[in-house]
Parts: sequence; structure tokens; C-alpha cells
Amino acid sequence: MIDYIKLASSKSKGKRPYFHNDPAVERVLNITMAVAGELAVMRERMDTIERLLEKKGLVSQEEIDNYIPETKEEETQRQAWHSEYISRVLRIVQQEMEELENPDKTIAEIANDINKM
Amino acid sequence: MAAKNLPPVWNKIAKHAMLPETNHDERARYNFLANLNKHLAHVSQGNKVAFEKRVEPDFVKNNGRAIASVDELGEAISKDSHYQIWSSLRRSTMEMRQQAGRSIVLRQAEELRDKAEKLNKGKSTLVLDPNCKVPEYLLAVDNHLMPGSYHTELIEGDVTPAANYDSGIFVTTAGLLGRYNDGGGKAIASWVKKTYADFAPKRILDIGCGMGHNVLPIAKAFPDAEVIAIDTGAPMLRYAHARAVDLGITNVTFMQMDAAMTTFENESFDWIQSTMFFHETGGKSIYKIMNEIHRILKPGGITLHIEQPQYTEDMSLFEKFIRDWDALNNSEPYWSKMHDIDPKELMVSSGFKEEDFMQIGAKAENDLDDGSQKADEPEDHGRSPIWNVFGAIKN
Repeated sequence: MIDYIKLASSKSKGKRPYFHNDPAVERVLNITMAVAGELAVMRERMDTIERLLEKKGLVSQEEIDNYIPETKEEETQRQAWHSEYISRVLRIVQQEMEELENPDKTIAEIANDINKM
Repeated sequence: MAAKNLPPVWNKIAKHAMLPETNHDERARYNFLANLNKHLAHVSQGNKVAFEKRVEPDFVKNNGRAIASVDELGEAISKDSHYQIWSSLRRSTMEMRQQAGRSIVLRQAEELRDKAEKLNKGKSTLVLDPNCKVPEYLLAVDNHLMPGSYHTELIEGDVTPAANYDSGIFVTTAGLLGRYNDGGGKAIASWVKKTYADFAPKRILDIGCGMGHNVLPIAKAFPDAEVIAIDTGAPMLRYAHARAVDLGITNVTFMQMDAAMTTFENESFDWIQSTMFFHETGGKSIYKIMNEIHRILKPGGITLHIEQPQYTEDMSLFEKFIRDWDALNNSEPYWSKMHDIDPKELMVSSGFKEEDFMQIGAKAENDLDDGSQKADEPEDHGRSPIWNVFGAIKN
């Protein structure tokens, strides 16, 4: 079984371009945008739930507020979600580590290489 | 009041047996990214304003002369705060799109492989060649930031690079290629039928077919033709063939082959097509591939290549710079070099006659276009489904 969570956040070939004067700005921006994305995902999910509840009238607000995982499986599913979520949000840190371990050419250098291929 | 120019929700994508399973949040993540892509096309317009209002005047003030080259322009604009935030957001969005796609397909890599094997089993229309080498130019870079590119196999029989491509191109282009992502293939098939009403090709070749999205509308438009689609990436071909089988297209044979050295006989095709292929090749290979096309095209046959718009003499330094942005920062590096090649010269050097060269514009045929996608949207350089087509009839 492949480590699909780590592999999903892999870096592509070539040194990553940075656009801000301080790379730290870029790093924080990337983390923030990923969080923004996940907030949008959650908003869409809540929207779905609210619409379904409204249509069917099945679950009360109080039931949701008081819910805790009831089985080991439910606990594991929740924690796996958190693990994947954090990997997705901290993608750029993983990619910087990959670049440190495997220093890469710039894409402009690769363009020159390819031009001779 | 209705919001303007919203991208279609991801679940409008056409369903077929190979399309990866997606859950609610994965579709929501794609919806967010399609909207973010669309939004950034608007933010991009600020680059021109920033360039004209402060980058260029500051340069002239400091240097006593105008900006003289694309490189000089790039150096000057790289310090501009609007350019910086747009660039970093666009890069981040492309990385997020890859992450989102890969997190969908890698968790189901084995299931997707099994689905492909079931559809491909015993079919003579999928011909893989383990001796086919992935060209150097594809090994040198992961085009459009796709980790592992088209060829990497994370498991035996892997199809995930293609599944990622298929599910995600709809996000990158905000659905402008239509439900099957096949707006390019549809456009060229229609153009050929309209322009050459009597043309009845017996054999058609599609080079660099990838997941086969653009060759299927051609095969459908010419059901009596024998269509061959080649690519060097085995994962793409396995997926492309299984997808074609499921969609009921039976006249395409997918073969693993390098377009620069095919095994086809001289003068054996009536039509040779490529779609968004050449800008992902290399500086020497592009000539070898065109030589090969000339060799295997029948006299009277046609070859057409859908590509990015070429640079023109009257194009401003700014436009050249911004068109190159994707090439370097979305990792499609050969695109930045291919601009320097005149397609007419490329074809003439391979034996085509200058007077037979043709160049036309093409726009994707989009089955999702309900009129809500306004023509006044800014052109998203590198993403808009508006292309240059060049080619020739061999005489």
C-alpha cells in the first residue's frame, strides 16, 4: 500500500520559484490558502447537511452538539481525517524538505537542457 | 442578482467507468479551486496596470531609457507587490490542484488499476511496449507541476497519472473544455469536416494522446477510419484505452511509442494530429517528430497541430512576459523556448512545402456553454481554450 497522504503532497521537479522578498511570506500564504480551501470545503458540506436536514427534518441541533465517537472505528476515521488534513495544509513545508534532500535545477536551466534534447 | 461567470460545479464532468470515485469533500475542494482559478484570472489583470503605472515609469526614471527585453521586464516586475501576490497565489493554486487530484486518485490507486485491467483485458487495441523509453525531455521536468509526470508508476499497472489529469483538467480550465474535457478534439474534427467535406481518411494518427480525451471526438467523427493514438506513458495509455472502451469508441488503437521514432510505414496515414503536445517536447525532438510526421504522412494527407498562440512581431514585451509566466512557473519549460520557433520553418525543414503551410485559430467546443460564460472575461494566459492551429497538406 502506497503512502497516499504523503505522496499526494509531493513536490514536482525543478526548484520552486518564490515571489515575495522573504520566502517566509510565501510559506505562510500557501498554508493560509490551503486552510481557506478547507474552510470552503467545510462550508459546502455544512450547506449540504443543512439542506438535507431541512428537507427531511431528521436530526436536531442538540444531537449534533452532543455527539462523540462511539466506536474505535469512528475514532480512527476521525483521526485519519485530521492526519490527511494537516498534511494537505503543510504541503509547502514537506516540499521544501524534499528540495533540501534533493537539490534541483531551475526550470530555466531545465529549459536549456531540454532545448538540447 | 445572479453572480457573473461562475464555473460549472465539478459534478457536471462526464461520468465513465475510469473516472475516479470522489466523495463530497473532494468535489467541494475541486469547486473551490475552479473558482480560485477563475478569480485569479481577474487578479492577473492588475499586473498590466501595475506594470504601466509604476514598474515601467520607475524603470525609465532610474535608467533613463525604456525596458529593452523580456528578461529586463521580468527583473523589474519581480519587485512589484501586486505581481508578487498574484504569482504566489497562482503557483499555490496549481500546487493545491495537484494535491487535491492526487489525494483523490492515490487513495484508490489499486481499484483504478483493477478497473482498467478489467476493461483492457484481451483487447488487441491496447499495445504497450516495455522497451519504449520515456524521452529525456519528459524525464527532465514534471510538466504543469504534476509530480511524477505522465509515466511514473507508483504501483504495477498504475493509471493514477491519467486519472489525476482527467479529473483535474476540468478544474484548471474551469470547465471550458466541456464535460469530456475534449473541446480541442471536437473543434478540430468539426473544422476538418467543414473545410474538407469530401475528406474520408482511412488511417488517422494522434501523437502524444495522453488520456485520449482529444482523439475520441476525432474517432467518433470518422467512425470508418482506423485511428491510432500514441504516447510514451503507459499509465496514460492504460487509462485512455479503458476510458475509450467504456465510452463505446472501438476504432482507436492505443500504442506506446515515441513520436520521434515510430514503427509505422512510409506514407501510411491520411491525417496526423497533435493537440497541446509540441510545447511539452524538446528543442531537437520537435524537429525529429516533424520529420517523422512527414515520412509517415501520405501524399495529399493532412497534418494539424493545436498549440499555444505564437509570439508575433507586434506583441508587447509585457504580453510576451506574461505568456511566459506559466511556462516557467507552472513548469512547462519548453513552451518558453518553442516561442522562438517559426512553425512554418519547422514544417518546411521537414519537407513540407512553404505554400502548403496553413495556420488557423481555434476555440474549444464546449457542451457546458449555456451562455453564462461571457465573452468579456479576461484572457487567462495559458489556460484559455483559444489556440493556434498550424499544419499542412503534404504535396
